[in-house]
Amino acid sequence: MAQAAIELIGINKSFGAVRANRDINLEVARGTIHGIVGENGAGKSTLMSILYGFYQADSGEIRVGGKPVSIHTSNDAIALGIGMVHQHFMLVDNFTVLENVILGAESDALLKSSITKARSELDRLEREYGLEVDPDAVIEELPVGLQQRVEILKALYRGAEILILDEPTGVLTPAEADHLFRILKQLKDQGKTIVLITHKLREIMAITDTVSVMRQGTMVATRTTKETTVGELAELMVGRRVLLRVEKGQSEAGAVKLSVKNLTVKDQRGVTMVDNVSFDVRGGEIVGIAGVAGNGQSELLEAISGIRHAVSGEVMLDGKPIDLTGKADPGELRDRGLAHVPEDRHHVGLVLAFEENENSILGYHDDERYLKGPFLDVDAIMADAKDKIEKYDIRPANPRLKTANFSGGNQQKIVLAREMEQDPGVLIVGQPTRGVDVGAIEFIHKRLIAMRDQGKAVLVVSVELDEIRSLSDRILVMFAGRVVGERGPDATEGELGLLMAGVEHQEAAE
Amino acid sequence: MSTPYAKLPAWADYGLIPLINLSVAFIVAGFVVMLVGENPFRAAVILVEGAFGRGTGIAFTLFYATTFIFTGLSVAVAAHCSLFNIGTEGQAYIGGLGIALVCLSLDSVMPWWVIFPIAIVAAAAFGALWGLIPAYLQAKRGSHIVITTIMFNFIAASVMVYLLVGALKPAGSQAPQTRNFLAGAELPKLNWVIELFGAKIRSAPLNICFLLALVMAFLVWLLIWRTRLGYEMRTYGHSPKAARYAGISETRIIITAMMISGALAGMMALNPVMGDQHNVAIDFVSGAGYVGIAVALMGRLHPVGIVLAAILFGMLYQGGAELAFEMPAISRDMIVIIQGLVILFAGALEHMFRPYIQALFASVSPKSVGMQAVKGTGA
Repeated sequence: MAQAAIELIGINKSFGAVRANRDINLEVARGTIHGIVGENGAGKSTLMSILYGFYQADSGEIRVGGKPVSIHTSNDAIALGIGMVHQHFMLVDNFTVLENVILGAESDALLKSSITKARSELDRLEREYGLEVDPDAVIEELPVGLQQRVEILKALYRGAEILILDEPTGVLTPAEADHLFRILKQLKDQGKTIVLITHKLREIMAITDTVSVMRQGTMVATRTTKETTVGELAELMVGRRVLLRVEKGQSEAGAVKLSVKNLTVKDQRGVTMVDNVSFDVRGGEIVGIAGVAGNGQSELLEAISGIRHAVSGEVMLDGKPIDLTGKADPGELRDRGLAHVPEDRHHVGLVLAFEENENSILGYHDDERYLKGPFLDVDAIMADAKDKIEKYDIRPANPRLKTANFSGGNQQKIVLAREMEQDPGVLIVGQPTRGVDVGAIEFIHKRLIAMRDQGKAVLVVSVELDEIRSLSDRILVMFAGRVVGERGPDATEGELGLLMAGVEHQEAAE
Repeated sequence: MSTPYAKLPAWADYGLIPLINLSVAFIVAGFVVMLVGENPFRAAVILVEGAFGRGTGIAFTLFYATTFIFTGLSVAVAAHCSLFNIGTEGQAYIGGLGIALVCLSLDSVMPWWVIFPIAIVAAAAFGALWGLIPAYLQAKRGSHIVITTIMFNFIAASVMVYLLVGALKPAGSQAPQTRNFLAGAELPKLNWVIELFGAKIRSAPLNICFLLALVMAFLVWLLIWRTRLGYEMRTYGHSPKAARYAGISETRIIITAMMISGALAGMMALNPVMGDQHNVAIDFVSGAGYVGIAVALMGRLHPVGIVLAAILFGMLYQGGAELAFEMPAISRDMIVIIQGLVILFAGALEHMFRPYIQALFASVSPKSVGMQAVKGTGA
């Protein structure tokens, strides 16, 4: 095996009482792609933040190229040849690619010499690694995949030999992800070392040489990728066996419950986000909406659930129209049997500062069951919360615990329990398993299918193609605000990927 | 990685940390006292004795505390709805106008126990109305509540000056204030309660408004944590998007919260106006509204904390006055510096010592900080 590029020895890190990293040992060989997988909160990001100088380890040693180093700031990391591509890009939107690349690395008071130098350097980097980006393009006009390449360029420009990528494919289409992987392989061939943090096991299998699994702050295993399987990794991550694809029977679609006709939604700037979209959801079926994030799915969900104003079109719930002026009372829609699990559970679906029991009535707090006159019926609310905790196996089973202290999966279960237990006729779910651990995904998928089997209409929007394919009875693909195709559950990933990328090579099949 | 810091047990959160912050504030204040050449220990003794040493001192401390409880509650109610009501000062001032109108017209014909409830309603209504306009502008026009409430403080001050040198001033009087109320508008004192414990009181303004303040503190607790309205206010306060999702009307909740906040501010005027001065004079609020902000923050927006913080500030007011009297080198401004330090350490730098305390707790007793509860066990 090649010499180690990075060695982490006995790293410990606590935040107050939470031990985010315990005795982590990790060795990344030079010139390899090393994957780190783990559920949310397993400590992956903390570990990489220690390596990149955002946090200091409480104890332990970092060696880069065999030499012990101390990394106190990201500048230290950069000086050691470590570069990081964050999940959320750190780019100035209205600067050009070139300006972003030299940002923080300007050599003079005047920009001219830096720019000239950077231009030729960028030229070289782009040729060497196949990173085609126009240096004079303005960031906000570039698609996400290209913005990510700018982040990679930034790191390379600063002389990175070791590149850390944090969940790089979350925002990419399958085609863009493939391109990214080609770039990463090219970088590897040139001798760079790459650390890839992700929770998508398929990517790990596709591209890495070795993979390390983290669980609850500890490093539980390191495997050579060729000698492991997705099943084994999932098991290591969760600590028990998991079903990766949920079994489900044939759907028995009934009457149309939710009908969307020629819906058009614009955002605050007047940009058309949803463009003349029409579809039906019948009782007893799950309709999945696939698409890369930002193609109008969020706005579609918000319009249907009465939160966002729609410019034109109509939405019928059980044959009766929904007020689309943006002034609809979501409470009234709930009474009519529309339950909504929003995409953003941290700011919309939950109040993180609330106790669990308080969140278990959010949106239903007008319900007589939870009230005694103007007062909250605390006993009833607690009993109800305990009941849901038991039914949905929410852990820890403490309705008085602050919601922020639950893991992502359990937070999502709190929302799902609340919405599903109201026994709605129509359930719309945005990103049912975003940031949710593998174990909880299985549970949530089973619940959604159980809803379907009870004859409810379920609309699922997700950027996870696997999820859409595993859940849906029909798949709609959204691109640039329009539904560009409808497919059955047996559609191939490649076919859907092309649609998601906006390549319409055939008319939408009915 | 949901919370950077683990939870502390409640007694440490609400008791130990404020105590540490307060101690640091007093230590720094001690250095300031040393700097002007006085003995900080003697100063501390004078301050505490002035506030709690004699019956009269206690009565004055509680009198000031009463005022701060009202303004602190006012700020807290709005803050739970994430509205930073800086207009407590003006709302209290206008509340005084409501009281003046009631007292001036009824004090010759009715006893205090009839006038008092009417005056409470008037004070609350006037304060609430003064909160309504900024609230409406915020809810409907998006005008920031901080800006509008500050401006409304100035408007209130000008309106009151206009009235107190004009319509409300008795003819021929040189002072910009209303005539003194008759006995019918004077509230009973509570000094006898302190005298029950054997202390002597010469003359102090502590009156039944103190009891009213405690009742309001309880009602505010009830409102915030036990009613549907309070639930909606807190939801909006933590996350307007979640409130929208839950079907809570933004306009309604902003206006309601600000009117309740304004009502509590207005009721503050009862204490100095009916309990002490027996008239409405220019600038009778004298900054109590702004102190309310510090009291609310220090009390962590909880009524119990607010009552305690109000007593602390009452102590600083009363003991500070004694201190300025006893130690000539320490002027009134020095007292303001000490108050400022308390606000700085207990309010603004509230979380400075928290990480250390938490680390200490975690190493001594991991269970007490809920280690096992923080990370969900998979599922």
